[in-house]
Amino acid sequence: MSSNIPEITDADLHAYVDQRLDPARRAEVEAYLEANPDAAARVRDYRAQNDLLRAAFDNVLEEPVPDRLSHVRPRWSTMHFAAIAATLVIGVSVGWFAHVASPNRVEVVMSSLPQQAAIAHVVYTPEVLHPVEVDATQEQHLVKWLSKRLGKDVHAPSLVEAGFQLEGGRLLPGDDGPAAQFMYRNNTGERLTLYLRTAQADSGESAFRFAQEDKVSVFYWVDRDLAYALSGEIDRSRLLNVAEAVYHELNP
Amino acid sequence: MSEFDEFIRDQVPRLRRYARALLGERSRADDLVQDTLERAWTRFHLWQRGSNLRAWLFTVMHNVFVNQHRKNSREAAVALDDAPEIAVNDGAAQSMDVRDLTKALTQLPAEFREVLLLVSVEQMSYEEVAEVLNVPLGTVMSRLSRGRARLRALLSGESTPPLRRVK
Repeated sequence: MSSNIPEITDADLHAYVDQRLDPARRAEVEAYLEANPDAAARVRDYRAQNDLLRAAFDNVLEEPVPDRLSHVRPRWSTMHFAAIAATLVIGVSVGWFAHVASPNRVEVVMSSLPQQAAIAHVVYTPEVLHPVEVDATQEQHLVKWLSKRLGKDVHAPSLVEAGFQLEGGRLLPGDDGPAAQFMYRNNTGERLTLYLRTAQADSGESAFRFAQEDKVSVFYWVDRDLAYALSGEIDRSRLLNVAEAVYHELNP
Repeated sequence: MSEFDEFIRDQVPRLRRYARALLGERSRADDLVQDTLERAWTRFHLWQRGSNLRAWLFTVMHNVFVNQHRKNSREAAVALDDAPEIAVNDGAAQSMDVRDLTKALTQLPAEFREVLLLVSVEQMSYEEVAEVLNVPLGTVMSRLSRGRARLRALLSGESTPPLRRVK
């Protein structure tokens, strides 16, 4: 090789195979390959690999996409989703607890809570056929199952006094492990969801906090080893009443 | 309005193609795609607006794949040993070349296979591949180089002791 041409490296040969060299460098590599039959054979084989790999798998692109893959995405519109995902408005906290845990620990537990809860809310509440995985007729089984999966004793609070009946619940993927959702409905068809995930054992208690995630209002709090978020597309003061009922049901 | 939806929809065939090439078998590959899509939308708030959404989706798939692969590497190795004929085209007639190729692919270490497929099948730039796999560019180049060399050896029928499986 002439000394004023930069050495042809292995990376150059790959970039040549993949046609990612500018014309000047390509010409230099071609000159090198003319003089190095072993390298030229390797490059030929690598190009053949590329062709073979594409030929072997390109037909997948033509296959009809199975139903289960075309319905994975959320049902609401992109803008709606983006608005929920991008907005995290932490509202005024309404606290009545005597002792509030050290802020850092609770902040970590709570940072993504209202958003995750609101997303789960908007995904499952429009469901007509499958709003829940296990319905309220099997409440005992549901609670036992979710307790087992979360590794904590969870309870589905009765919200009958607030006018909401338990419909059932489901297991969800949370940030660091399983999460659970209980769904409630009143006789006008309004739905509320209670989202639960585990908190560290010594998280203590936090005040109620409020977040508005697009149309979904969320009250959320940490109570001992669980974090709760109650979501609904209802008026904030009504939601607060229900949130208080949830808290009292869980702390009789 | 539905730009994001449409984009995801457009990418599903490509995600399926990559998953199929990575895993061989159709239903396992589609499981990986489904897990990826589910994870993608719960993680959507982590995607930086304006950044490469396609690379991001492949990153999500890579992470799901690595987690599952790590968990199942033992069973997967056994499954591959027990399944010498991987039906890549699901019964469609395929040439000997393609069958040899897909069999050889399954014998490559997963990290080589990923780089090779992203470069050759997905035709990503090396920089994109580095972004998807979250490794330095130099690592991409060395995996590409070693992956191609091993595949070449496998396809030419050379014996490659480090790849031989012990039953």
